[in-house]
Amino acid sequence: MMEFWNRFRQNRGAVVGLLILLLIVVLAAAAPLLYPKSPWSMVQRPFLAPFAMDAFPLGTDPMGRDVASAVAHGARVSLLVGLVSTVVSMLIGVPIGAIAGYFGGRIDDALMRFTELFQTVPSFALAVVLVAIFQPSLYSIVIAIALVSWPPVARLLRSEVMALRSREFVEAAILSGQRARTIILRQILPNTLSAIIVMASMMVAAAILIESSLSFLGLGDPNVMSWGYVIGAGRTVIRQAWWVSFFPGLAILLTVLALNLIGEGLNDAMNPRLKRRGK
Amino acid sequence: MAKFILARLMKAALILVCIAILNFLLIQAAPGDPAQVMAGEAGETDAVFLQQLRERFGLDQPLYVQLGRYLGTILQFDLGYSYRQQVPVADLIFERLPATLLLSLSAFVISLGLGTLAGVLASARQGRWQDSVISTIALIFYATPLFWLALMAVLLFSVQLGWLPAFGYETVGADHTGLRRMEDIAAHLVLPAMTLGLFFMAVYARMTRASMLEVSRLDFVKTAQAKGLRPALIQRRHVLRNALLPVVTLAGLQAGQLVGGAVLIETVFAWPGIGRLMFDALTQRDYNLLLGVFLVSAAMVLLFNLITDILYRLVDPRIRVTA
Repeated sequence: MMEFWNRFRQNRGAVVGLLILLLIVVLAAAAPLLYPKSPWSMVQRPFLAPFAMDAFPLGTDPMGRDVASAVAHGARVSLLVGLVSTVVSMLIGVPIGAIAGYFGGRIDDALMRFTELFQTVPSFALAVVLVAIFQPSLYSIVIAIALVSWPPVARLLRSEVMALRSREFVEAAILSGQRARTIILRQILPNTLSAIIVMASMMVAAAILIESSLSFLGLGDPNVMSWGYVIGAGRTVIRQAWWVSFFPGLAILLTVLALNLIGEGLNDAMNPRLKRRGK
Repeated sequence: MAKFILARLMKAALILVCIAILNFLLIQAAPGDPAQVMAGEAGETDAVFLQQLRERFGLDQPLYVQLGRYLGTILQFDLGYSYRQQVPVADLIFERLPATLLLSLSAFVISLGLGTLAGVLASARQGRWQDSVISTIALIFYATPLFWLALMAVLLFSVQLGWLPAFGYETVGADHTGLRRMEDIAAHLVLPAMTLGLFFMAVYARMTRASMLEVSRLDFVKTAQAKGLRPALIQRRHVLRNALLPVVTLAGLQAGQLVGGAVLIETVFAWPGIGRLMFDALTQRDYNLLLGVFLVSAAMVLLFNLITDILYRLVDPRIRVTA
């Protein structure tokens, strides 16, 4: 673990990413303390420019709502949706990929065709349609993002499991009469963990982008404040009030950038051989 | 080759049928009973009239009969009726399709061209400042929400600098014709195509860089170096050609993403394509139109994948893809 941290630390980008992410997590956690009032409530006159009043450093939107409060509360939603939808798509993709990779043959064929079908459908358009039809809510958003994001997980798992399948320790487990389920869960999956973790950090980033795009189109949960919603609300007044759209977008950019940097750092730290070859 | 294309076509057709079935199920799940919607339009709400409507449109039939009928109508390019706009859905879509094709193809060319160029440059200067600059820019664009980038581009290039029009397909009321009209459309195209292209440029640049570096380590490159060929020639003839293969595959896969991006970009720039149509369908809760756009965009992506598959086969004779 210590060795792992030392390798991760050497990647300057990854450390910067980790710091940014920590900052955003703190912001999200502290949002109800910093801004106890609902982010939807009107607190000042509309179109207050940023830095004009100390109490409202990021200004107010066309409805007189505090942009800083929206950014802080929006961080909660973005991180939550990013994390949960990644977990859900793992729950779909990991079993499908593992079963396809372990059993091979017809099962593999059928499962991979199924995966391919989902991969061909334009993913964002599908997410839009799903959320629109099942009505926007945190649940429908998470499910929609998970349904369009799992195919790469299944593909990754399949190739990892196929490689591990022919290793001696797996053959030994088969010979000792263990059941397939036990072998997959106990012997194979733990060895795919590093690949899964790297992929997960990138997927959280992608999920945050999808969530913000959905909210921007007006498909966010109407009960929670999100970054995409604020940008969408500022879209029509961009000429008069650039700050309404600017700051939440910057928050998305920083969060996604941080997660991608961390993902790359994890990748380098977990596969040190690849890194050396690259240099 | 003919056999390969035929097999690919069959597969694409099969996938299209699956997507159409998915579409049918989604229509069933959509809120609102179509008979009630129609009755509402006609201003009649009594039960007998509703029953008549259901019988007339087969809504009282079992689900699989309705599905068969639905697939049949799709084959005739009938995507249903948009009750909000009082026009057949297919008419609305085909009227908007050229604008979307123009936008996505321009963005595609920009992203692939600039992306591979940036990737090649970065790999050639690996570890030096040029590489750092290109890689950092790519990393940032890769993390930028597309719709936000579009808004910021409007703010900078239209509002602040006044260089380019902020929205629309052409200047309304100008009534340009011929070359003048094409210039006008081109000016309107720059911002949407650039913003849509920039995100994918980042993807292609990262991919090309990694792929170039990977291929440079292979043995045949050492052979070429040992033969005393000029490094620039090796890069161009030997490395680039092989490194572009995964980029072509990626290009096919990205087609679906491009369609999703078009929804956002067309919304910001009021570009009259099917993406904007999708947004309008959302705000008007026009589910027939929404699902029609979804089906057509899925078919477009499928077609694009088919083309890249065949191109891939032409570029790389080593691959004998079995369909």
